[in-house]
Amino acid sequence: MITISRPLPGRRRLSPVPVVDAARPRGIIVKLLKYYMSSIIEVKDLVKQFGEFTAVDRISFSVAPGEIFAFLGPNGAGKSTTIKMLTTLLRPTQGSIRLGGADPVTDPEAVRRSFGIVFQDPSLDDELTAEENMEFHGMLYNMPRELRRERIEKLLNFVELWDRRKSLVKEFSGGMKRRLEIARGLLHHPKVIFLDEPTLGLDPQTRNHMWSYLQELNRTEGITVFFTTHYMEEADRVAGRIAIIDHGKIIASGSPDDLKRQTGKASLEDAFLEFTGHVIREEEANATDRLRQRAKMWGGGNRR
Amino acid sequence: MKTIYIMWLRELKRYFRSRSRMIGSLGQPLLFLLALGYGLGSVFRAAGEGSYFRFLGPGIIGMSIIFTAIFSGIQLIWDRQFGFLKETLVAPVDRFYIMLGRTLGGATVATLQGILVFFMAVIFGFRPEHWVLVPVAILFMLLVALLFTALGTGIASMLEDMQGFQLIMNFLVMPLFFLSGALFPLSGLPPVLSALTLVDPLSYGIDSFRALLIGTSYFGIALDLGVLVVVTLVFLVAGTYLFSRIEI
Repeated sequence: MITISRPLPGRRRLSPVPVVDAARPRGIIVKLLKYYMSSIIEVKDLVKQFGEFTAVDRISFSVAPGEIFAFLGPNGAGKSTTIKMLTTLLRPTQGSIRLGGADPVTDPEAVRRSFGIVFQDPSLDDELTAEENMEFHGMLYNMPRELRRERIEKLLNFVELWDRRKSLVKEFSGGMKRRLEIARGLLHHPKVIFLDEPTLGLDPQTRNHMWSYLQELNRTEGITVFFTTHYMEEADRVAGRIAIIDHGKIIASGSPDDLKRQTGKASLEDAFLEFTGHVIREEEANATDRLRQRAKMWGGGNRR
Repeated sequence: MKTIYIMWLRELKRYFRSRSRMIGSLGQPLLFLLALGYGLGSVFRAAGEGSYFRFLGPGIIGMSIIFTAIFSGIQLIWDRQFGFLKETLVAPVDRFYIMLGRTLGGATVATLQGILVFFMAVIFGFRPEHWVLVPVAILFMLLVALLFTALGTGIASMLEDMQGFQLIMNFLVMPLFFLSGALFPLSGLPPVLSALTLVDPLSYGIDSFRALLIGTSYFGIALDLGVLVVVTLVFLVAGTYLFSRIEI
């Protein structure tokens, strides 16, 4: 019989407490399971360097299943780089990532099966039709034909593109392409959907429309949504939890209300100002972007 | 298997959808075939080498194959720029199959293009030695197409954008074509030129087309096949390695 000999501080124990009894081992397994289930994304001390330039600087965070999680920060803050590492497109310089329990570096295929992604720039084949793009995706993810057909119809209806399924993607507007990408990202029943600046360049109406789809899917299918944005009001309105990232570091995280409470500000905009000492502005972001580009060019650190 | 099939199918769909590309890429071979074939015909005959048009036919087939094949491989850069590459890179499949499917697709397109040029030549009076050997020649066309599509894909894996494209055309594709013996016989060349033709894999490709279509060969079909198979395998392996290293 194993006993705890370490006394608990501030409490006098009368007798040693048995830790392992008939019920306990299962309790520990359940606890462990719960621990792993409780965060679908687990990031620890993640670093990414391009040459001399540190794009992501020792960030740690975790995301629970079914959560809508926002990465908020200016352009060039390290948001896309983080997403690329989470989705196996970039290899981290340091630190660990677990996505759905698997490591993107050592077991990329398991990780790839568990997420869907909508990139910042379109990633559709313009020369194929909407339906063909979906079919292509379904085949790549090895979905059986019946399931594929059924799910494609459902999702294309859901994003209101079923009537245009036979049209070539190059005839689509920006908003339609984005909707198609979302439908495609969801096709293989991912546990997590990553959206990198999903509403960039979309008009407010399309933006609202898109979020209503995603929120509905989050409710009905319990899918975890991880998105990056530099729109304050978007993060404020949709996200359950926000991490503010600037210059590659996470400066604050919590629910929108938490962040406002922590800073004593009424709006997230002011809270952001309080945390970072500056407002989100494109100008300075572009300078960082340029720096990163240069580091990429000369450092060559972006190739595996 | 599904991955290879869908990547292959995509290349074919794109090919059949762009009629302009199909017709456009027939223009150059046609010009070479007619202008050179008839223009140099009398000189060639006077030199006692027989019909230049007949000699040139297999060379021009080789030309259309190498151009289309390398171009198909290079299209990887477009996929990278227009973002589609990312869709394939985050899919839960081995990148080897993606690369293989793409390469097979590009090679099929290049072979179709070679067959089109063959029939175009037939329209203008080209007659193969034995019609029964034409299907075998088509298999060799596929092999040559595979070789150069893999080469194109491998090169494209190392390039970030289209800046290097012109460089590749001028310093790789054009030399490969001109030094392959597509336009002139390989015998009796100056030593340096002769050495260059020997290291050009397209020389062996075009030689095999000549062996099968007009019944003359410089290296012999067995050597042609050996070289083509080995070089194709090397390029496929190297191409796969480079492709698997791509980061976005």
